[in-house]
Amino acid sequence: MFKILKYSFFDLVRSRWSYVYLFFYLALGFVLLFLNNDLSKAVITLMNVIIILVPLIGTIFGVMYYYDSKEFTELLLAQPIKRADIFLGQYLGVAISLSLSLLIGLGLPFILYGLFQSTAIWDFVLLLVTGTFLTLIFTALAFNIALYNENKIKGFSYAILLWLFMAVIYDGLFLMSLILLEEYPLDTFSIGATLFNPIDLSRILILLKLDISALLGYTGAVFQKFFGTGLGFSMALSALVLWVVLPLLNIYRKSRKKDF
Amino acid sequence: MERIEDIFKQLSTALRIAFLYKIVFFIACFSITTGWAKTITVCNTCEITSLKKAIAVAEAEDTIFVKEGTYNEFNIIVDKPLTIKGENFPVIDGEDQGEIIRITSDNVTIDGLFIINVGTSYTSDHAAIRVVKSENFLIQNVVLEKLFFGIYLEKSNNGKVYHNKIIGDAQDEYNSGNGIQLWYCKNVVVNRNIVQKTRDGIYLEFSDNITIDNNISTENLRYGLHFMFSNDDVYTNNTFENNGAGVAVMFSKRIKMLNNTFHKNWGTAAFGLLLKEINDAEISGNTFEENTVGINIEGSNRITYTRNNFIRNGYAVKVLGACYTNVFKHNNFLYNSFDVSYNSRINDNVFVNNYWSSYTGYDLDRDGIGDIPYRPVKLFSYIVNRTPETIILMRSLFIDIIDFSEKVSPVFTPDNLVDENPQMKKIE
Repeated sequence: MFKILKYSFFDLVRSRWSYVYLFFYLALGFVLLFLNNDLSKAVITLMNVIIILVPLIGTIFGVMYYYDSKEFTELLLAQPIKRADIFLGQYLGVAISLSLSLLIGLGLPFILYGLFQSTAIWDFVLLLVTGTFLTLIFTALAFNIALYNENKIKGFSYAILLWLFMAVIYDGLFLMSLILLEEYPLDTFSIGATLFNPIDLSRILILLKLDISALLGYTGAVFQKFFGTGLGFSMALSALVLWVVLPLLNIYRKSRKKDF
Repeated sequence: MERIEDIFKQLSTALRIAFLYKIVFFIACFSITTGWAKTITVCNTCEITSLKKAIAVAEAEDTIFVKEGTYNEFNIIVDKPLTIKGENFPVIDGEDQGEIIRITSDNVTIDGLFIINVGTSYTSDHAAIRVVKSENFLIQNVVLEKLFFGIYLEKSNNGKVYHNKIIGDAQDEYNSGNGIQLWYCKNVVVNRNIVQKTRDGIYLEFSDNITIDNNISTENLRYGLHFMFSNDDVYTNNTFENNGAGVAVMFSKRIKMLNNTFHKNWGTAAFGLLLKEINDAEISGNTFEENTVGINIEGSNRITYTRNNFIRNGYAVKVLGACYTNVFKHNNFLYNSFDVSYNSRINDNVFVNNYWSSYTGYDLDRDGIGDIPYRPVKLFSYIVNRTPETIILMRSLFIDIIDFSEKVSPVFTPDNLVDENPQMKKIE
């Protein structure tokens, strides 16, 4: 598996797109901090970018990489290598290179602007952790989609649809159900509903850490009480871990049975 | 003839001497009646070692000089028109026994004392300095620490509270008192005081024609400044920072609020300025910066808001119903999460000629006024008012999309709530 991982990783590191992605984050970080020297304000702006963009790039890149390296994959399949190793290796190659772009691209400007002296350091670390999780999750989901669809066009559309659902439509449904059920106590429901969407979960985890959480009022206090405890925070983390592990298990299962 | 001349001479000198004596006598009389006031000195090694004793021996209009030192005294009653003056801030330590100074006479001046350890009580409001039914008092340059109530004015008029420093250590609302409290007072000036860490920094109840200016009220548990049933008061150039809530004005009429700064009153239930049942007020030239809610308005009518700056608040203005004929003119709304929040679809208030940082319109005829009207109420703030739980979707992409579509074609927000003449440039 590590050989495949290494190969995929170095293949991607040499590819143009990784650099574009890296430079995008570098530019974003530097421009943000140049315009506004306040690290904690920059964290809020970055959160907006990260919860939308990271999943989108993760899905598109994952699907694209799978389809692009399909011939090579078929060649590998002819060799005496475990199937799971091939796919997991490729997956990790993509996910790790994307995460590295994110970590270096955002980390570098913030460190140069004095992150370690700032009180915003934990908010920023949380931002990077959730960003990395989102990369892992959405790349895994993208590999799932690609494995199930031989047709490239179909695969791409499903990937886009998945992103659209998680980033936009889910919140719409969430909002509708909150309004329709406003007669009932909604605290447990809304906490549950956020756990089921990694994008929402990341957004709320970061929001609660920032000053802006005061705006959330009573509802925010309920969330703060839940996620503020060790139990709540570990539940949130394990939800994110589950979002990585379950798609990975499915990749493992599917790749064993699939005809090529 | 010569003898006659001699007699005349002697007579005139006698008259002259008598006249001189008369003048001396008059001056003497004069000084006794108007009081060539005595000065009594109090110090630890003097003849008089306590303030209480000094007041007992003093006569009206006397000045009591309190030298540097510590005096363990409480329940000091000033019942004569005296001037009590401290040198290098002598410490009056109440030893948590109760009230420290009570003024029951007119024309009393207290100057330059350092009063600490006022007793806490759940049945009576012990104060460091209490003025009861007196006129023309002056309390200045006093420092209060470890207090329950600070300066408590009760049914007293025409006085001045000037340049005092009140530093409390309030932990809970139920067992702490207010910094400066006015109860049934008229024509009092509260000026250049610093109040910190008390329950309400300055509290007015049934007090009319009060002027409050250039005070700094910070880190108070409840409100920086609090009005209840008080009319025709003015507060200007004050700073309210980091309080539970900046200023609360309730059930009062004709209050003028000018050029104050409301800063960082941030928390889940905090706001810069709370207006409840306020009529005919004027709010002008104030700066509201980084408050959860800039102004929270409830049941308030005929108020004019002009030339205020709302900067980076959660909500700049939150209107909670029953507010009619208010006018918002020439204000700056800069980078607030929500500019205006409304909980009903009826609007009787006017927004005109304001500058809105989130205005995206254009000005083709270059007259400084945007060509398309601005709608300050976002759909999301309307939804949040209806179902508060939905606030959890804040900063989600979906919310941005519906806000945008509502902006293009309003359906839910009051359709006459627009600024027809949004300014293109910030108002100076």
